[in-house]
Amino acid sequence: MTRESSLPLALLFPLVAVLAAFAVGSVFVLAIGDNPLETYGLLLGSALWWPDGIGYTLFLATPLIFTGLAVSVAFRAGLLNIGAEGQLYVAAFATAWTGIVLGGLPAVVLVPLCMVAAVLAGGIWGAIPGLLKARFGSHEVINTIMMNFIAVALVSYFTQYHYRVPGDPILQSAPISESAYIPRLGTMIPGLPARIPLNVAFLLALIASVAVYVFLWRTKWGYEIRATGSNPSAAEYGGISVPRQIVLAMAISGALAGMVGINEVLGYRHRYYDGFSDNYGFTGIAVALLGRNHPAGVVLAALLFAVLSRGGIPVDAFTRNVTKDIVQILQATIILFIAAEAMFRGPLTRLRHRLQEGPRHG
Amino acid sequence: MADLFTISLVFSTIRLSTPLVLAALGGMFSERSGVINIALEGMMLAGAFTAAAMTYSTGSPSTGLAAAIGAGLLVALIHAVACIRYKADQVVVGTAINILMLGLPGFLSGAFFLSSGSTPQIPIEQLIPRVPIVLAFALVPITWYVLNRTPFGLRLRAVGENPEAADAAGINVARMRYSGVLLSGALAAIGGAYLSIGQSSLFTRNMTSGRGFIALAALIFGKWRPLQTMLACVFFGLTEAVTIQMQGVVKLPSGEDIPVQFIQMVPYVLTIVVLAGFIGHSRPPRALGHAYEKER
Amino acid sequence: MIELRNITKRFGGVLANDHINIAVEPGTIHAIVGENGAGKSTAMRIAYGFYTADSGEILVDGEVRGIRRPFDAIALGIGMVHQHFMLVDTMTVAENIVLGAEPGGSVRLEMDEARARVRALSAELGLSVDPDAFIENLSVGQQQRVELLKALYRNARLLILDEPTAVLTPQEVEEFFAILRKMRELGKTIIIITHKLAEVLSISDAVTVMRDGKVVGRVKTNQTSAAELARLMVGRDVLLHVEKGPAMPGAVVLSARNLSVGGKGARSGAISAVTNVSFDVRAGEIVGIAGVEGNGQRELIEAIAGLVNPALVSGELVFEGRPLAGLDARARRERGIAHIPEDRHRRGLLLEFSLEENAILGVHYRPPVATGVMINEREVKRRTADIIQRFDVRPPNPALPARALSGGNQQKLVIGREFELPPKLLLVAQPTRGVDIGAIEFIHRKLVALRDAGCAVLLVSAELEEVMLLSDRLLVVHKGRIAGEVDPATANTTDIGCLMTGAQRG
Repeated sequence: MTRESSLPLALLFPLVAVLAAFAVGSVFVLAIGDNPLETYGLLLGSALWWPDGIGYTLFLATPLIFTGLAVSVAFRAGLLNIGAEGQLYVAAFATAWTGIVLGGLPAVVLVPLCMVAAVLAGGIWGAIPGLLKARFGSHEVINTIMMNFIAVALVSYFTQYHYRVPGDPILQSAPISESAYIPRLGTMIPGLPARIPLNVAFLLALIASVAVYVFLWRTKWGYEIRATGSNPSAAEYGGISVPRQIVLAMAISGALAGMVGINEVLGYRHRYYDGFSDNYGFTGIAVALLGRNHPAGVVLAALLFAVLSRGGIPVDAFTRNVTKDIVQILQATIILFIAAEAMFRGPLTRLRHRLQEGPRHG
Repeated sequence: MADLFTISLVFSTIRLSTPLVLAALGGMFSERSGVINIALEGMMLAGAFTAAAMTYSTGSPSTGLAAAIGAGLLVALIHAVACIRYKADQVVVGTAINILMLGLPGFLSGAFFLSSGSTPQIPIEQLIPRVPIVLAFALVPITWYVLNRTPFGLRLRAVGENPEAADAAGINVARMRYSGVLLSGALAAIGGAYLSIGQSSLFTRNMTSGRGFIALAALIFGKWRPLQTMLACVFFGLTEAVTIQMQGVVKLPSGEDIPVQFIQMVPYVLTIVVLAGFIGHSRPPRALGHAYEKER
Repeated sequence: MIELRNITKRFGGVLANDHINIAVEPGTIHAIVGENGAGKSTAMRIAYGFYTADSGEILVDGEVRGIRRPFDAIALGIGMVHQHFMLVDTMTVAENIVLGAEPGGSVRLEMDEARARVRALSAELGLSVDPDAFIENLSVGQQQRVELLKALYRNARLLILDEPTAVLTPQEVEEFFAILRKMRELGKTIIIITHKLAEVLSISDAVTVMRDGKVVGRVKTNQTSAAELARLMVGRDVLLHVEKGPAMPGAVVLSARNLSVGGKGARSGAISAVTNVSFDVRAGEIVGIAGVEGNGQRELIEAIAGLVNPALVSGELVFEGRPLAGLDARARRERGIAHIPEDRHRRGLLLEFSLEENAILGVHYRPPVATGVMINEREVKRRTADIIQRFDVRPPNPALPARALSGGNQQKLVIGREFELPPKLLLVAQPTRGVDIGAIEFIHRKLVALRDAGCAVLLVSAELEEVMLLSDRLLVVHKGRIAGEVDPATANTTDIGCLMTGAQRG
């Protein structure tokens, strides 16, 4: 197996999983009497219009890139971070809090401060289950799920009792100071209307992807995290402290998830809005899996899921029976197929052998 | 303060803990056999939706309940095949099922009832508010008996603790695990059915809102044992009941309301504490989460 | 009573059983001996249905039988007590014994009946156990009795025992043998897998010797001796050869005094894996440690490398005049202690990673490999290319994942990496396990060259010929202690074999 042939093959498997999921989805669509081709056409097509289709799709992809990166960094360390949802809530609140309480500061100082608040809050919220695992061995899956609920409750408390605008019936915080706003890309790209909430956070997401790549594959810290995830015994043999890597990976993971707050609070609603997350944390798991835990894959997978999410609206509106729930059905099926890869191993291996039989090596 | 501890609180607690007890007992069968079941939430949703849909369509709650059990079994089968046959990561599969159940009920109700996720209202005479409660609490001693006093239970536990030993004793490990997971689907589905056709009269999108995870927490808190798990469920149910009743009733010394969120947090914080080993020794079945592979 | 005919079994690339033939007469105690990896356990697991043979047949009472899973074997009256007990710790003795064959119907577990039958059986055989005790509270000897009772409860006529005395004290061994003789009197047939020659001579009626997956001998016990058995067990078809000048030992590099290392997974209290071991290793010499695997060698090496929890290590370890206590694995490597682990897959390599990324494991965090936070790609490539070239790693493609290499090439990569440090002390365990013959000679030459360059080498090997060939001084370990030191140039295999296996000399 040489490097040249491995990239197309690495893409092959997720592609197969997605196609298989679409096939299963079409069974569902047929079962309720609708046309799969029409459904998928609407699902995928609406994302491609300019400016609204593409603009909104990229906006919806932003939080998914962050949570996808978060889950994939944790995966690389051998950890399952189901807590991205809680981490992003805590971070979003922390950002809003900073934007409200320190609102008097000039934008040059305030914006970075708010961003740091998001990253720190998410990082701490992620580090806690990491510490619990490193010190007590308690499984991060249950702990992160519990932390999700605690986060939602905590943040809801603070919003309701301390940071709400009096008389506001919606459970949301007061608005943040205007100096904390980050610009929408519509103000920077000609032809893109400013009403579309796509903002600078999207660029941050792309930068974060590159940063994660460099971190994991070009720095010694990233090497240690990956080694720990690949083979903790060998990592220990190589002098790496496995418990430390666990905490570090979870903290970084939480910090990445926390950056969703930047998109949401600084770039979009400009306040903390209770329940703003459309399951970004859980979808992040699907994104990470589909993207094979690699930043490039995560970005592509996030785009795909954003397309599906955006496409859910016209599907809901224009088909007779299909609702936007088809998106979740597709997401879940994709995850199942990726997780049960053993199911595909036989046919795919045979296919790979046939492809390699072509040019014969020595 | 006295009005807090009324009979109504007791009834409320019993009602609220019923779905937890059912789901947690179901989860117990799965996890004692060695398969992590994160998907209790999804299985409950499957049961809730199917019960409501079928009861509405046929007018008969027993048909609804039976159909709910069938749905739970079907969902559990997916989980079992993926985890046992294809050795997929059990947590990932569980998460996938939960995501599926966020969308599938809405999808189906959109098609059959032309609604945005809820099923139509079911007339009150077709609801079963009491049967599931009795079932849930009766199942506690039954589960204890099955696990500890029947050959099936002995083998199930062995498979969860040391599948190699069970295999060496001639037991079919895969088959036992399938049983555990299927049972969890059936029981969780009954718990969900109670929510839709017992406690209320319809299914709404994501109506379990985390109960499946609370049931999982209760299972861990109860150290995977029937009686302790039931007590944990009752305790968590009490928490929820107090939350509801307490609004505006109990005050802090300063005269303010105790924020409801703090009570809501209690079950989750406790689970983390227990899992870290702070309250007693919480030891899960030794083979939990590990697919049984054997070189043949 | 039972016969394995032409049984062949392959695991991946390894031929564990190569057309073996074993025949056991009814009513006898039959020993199967051989070194670790000889294939004894595999053959018996096939007989029990735990594995299925690739080819060959099993005959029970003269008839060919298909045994595809333990259930089938049990139905034919075959019972097995595994080396690592197949018991559920959290259950009681009675529950473990009846598991799979529970009395009563399928509704009610008749534990009273189970307990009564267990008591009756244990009385009949003189195996006293408390049916209600939990396995995790029993001593190892008691647990073994439960395993025996398990088999007998299912009316086993043939009992297969895999290394039954490995974890018993000499006193318990005697009691155990008395039980075996009693069972033979009752008409049972017993197969005992072991590498302890003294015990074989003491208890068995006939012996089959296995080596490298083949049967190399079948004798009646009263017609053979420990010496002959040892020779059959450790003999080699291919004579290895290495050019080796005399050693020029310099200063003491490593000094161990009264070193003890606690063992892992001990059920009946702490079993010490290494007990009161003292030795020196000098620069420019190879000190070999010979012994059957599992006698503490791994724990010894890992303790020196810094991979054992310090709480489990007692005694003194001094490196270049300074104590090693308090230094973790990374610090020890920085001082110049390199380590080639016995299990390269589990410990030594990141199989999914490329050769390049494996070449820097252990030095990945400091100059010249890492400057500041970033990894210096040029240095990584240079280092890898250097290792590949000097150690003839094939295929010479640094981007390949380590799992794509053959065993021998993987080992050469690990060795090359450790040699790059460069080491002042090299700890090396089982250097040529799973390595093809060409690579074996290459590795041996490299080890000798390292010694000649002034490095101190501590070599552990279960391959007697290898350790005799390479060592300048040879220590033999048995049950965590040093059984003796011999001069490898003049000692003979039989004597060493006896030391290794606890048998008497002569």
